[in-house]
Amino acid sequence: MNSKMTPRNTKVMNRFDVTSRLIAKLKHEEAVIGGIGNTNFDLWAAGHRPQNFYMLGSMGLAFPIALGVALAQPDRRVFALEGDGSLLMQLGALSTIAALKPKNLIMIVMDNGIYQITGAQPTPAAGVADIVAIATGSGLTNSAWAADEEDFERLVDAAMSASEPSLIALRIDDKPGVGTTRRDPVQIRERFMHGLGVREPL
Amino acid sequence: MADAEQHSSTQASGDKSWHGIVLQTLKRNAIDLIPYVPDRVLTPLIKNLHADPFFTTFATAREEEAVGIVSGAWMGGRRGAVLMQTSGFATLANTLASLAVPYQIPLIMFVSERGTLGEFNYGQSLVCRTMRPVLDSLALEHHTITRLDELEFITDRSIKQAVTTQAPVALILNPLLTGGKVFDK
Repeated sequence: MNSKMTPRNTKVMNRFDVTSRLIAKLKHEEAVIGGIGNTNFDLWAAGHRPQNFYMLGSMGLAFPIALGVALAQPDRRVFALEGDGSLLMQLGALSTIAALKPKNLIMIVMDNGIYQITGAQPTPAAGVADIVAIATGSGLTNSAWAADEEDFERLVDAAMSASEPSLIALRIDDKPGVGTTRRDPVQIRERFMHGLGVREPL
Repeated sequence: MADAEQHSSTQASGDKSWHGIVLQTLKRNAIDLIPYVPDRVLTPLIKNLHADPFFTTFATAREEEAVGIVSGAWMGGRRGAVLMQTSGFATLANTLASLAVPYQIPLIMFVSERGTLGEFNYGQSLVCRTMRPVLDSLALEHHTITRLDELEFITDRSIKQAVTTQAPVALILNPLLTGGKVFDK
């Protein structure tokens, strides 16, 4: 970790482990949007579900895509998994979500302070910015750091019945994703629409 | 020229302005989610969309964000369209090439055209020249609308084509249609 970073009482967790913990909790065909790179690789590795959407480009758009799904299907819980570097590309989206207040949207930020997939370069925010403070300042008052895995699961449970959008940030290690998503965008989109009940298979 | 049914629906609304026709055509095609980054020329359309409870209309911080939102909504079964200005379109190449086109999402874009026919800002005239080459390089359907009597036909048909062919479309609203924005010191 960056030596300038203020010591925190948040445990350094592992992306695949916490993603698997999240998926194990989903019992109601909740939608999950995986952001670019390792975030969706670990979502894929945690076990494909028809309600998963894997982003293969468009860095920073996991939360906006999830917002669109949440606005289209207000009775379904929609999760979005995003990396810290990705989120930095689209911080304005936090205010858009805060303004619209979709209570069925749950944002999860995996923060390792680096662009792991490109060579582990530190992000400009590493050591100086606090993602939960940014989210809170953007109007997402229901934002919190997960202290450890058990706290993460508790925050997910709370978010499932929250009356406003939730953001959960986790500090994670510098490990790469453990799988590789099949890069077939049309199949990904079509399967996702089947999973959301929008379409039937041909 | 639009067919009789399309004409009568617009006449029934009583608003034959360009923005009135766009609003009614969106409504008739069940497009009700309208994220936008504002533009002076689009102001009457944006105002009337906000005033109509049929639509969910809101500003986003960036055009990419708006594209992400309507893409997610489409996959969730809800139709949307994005409103923007020429300079905003110029921020979209990566999102078009990595999301809308490869995932076959019928992204419907209305672009208020700055940079031509009386532009006073050199930057706007330059960025305008990038728009059609970007659209053409991705082989995206696009139309430049200059005439009020063609607006409804082009808009209605383009929306239906986008949905049925699962492909993005850009409808460029030219100053000949909207009046554009002129220098007013």
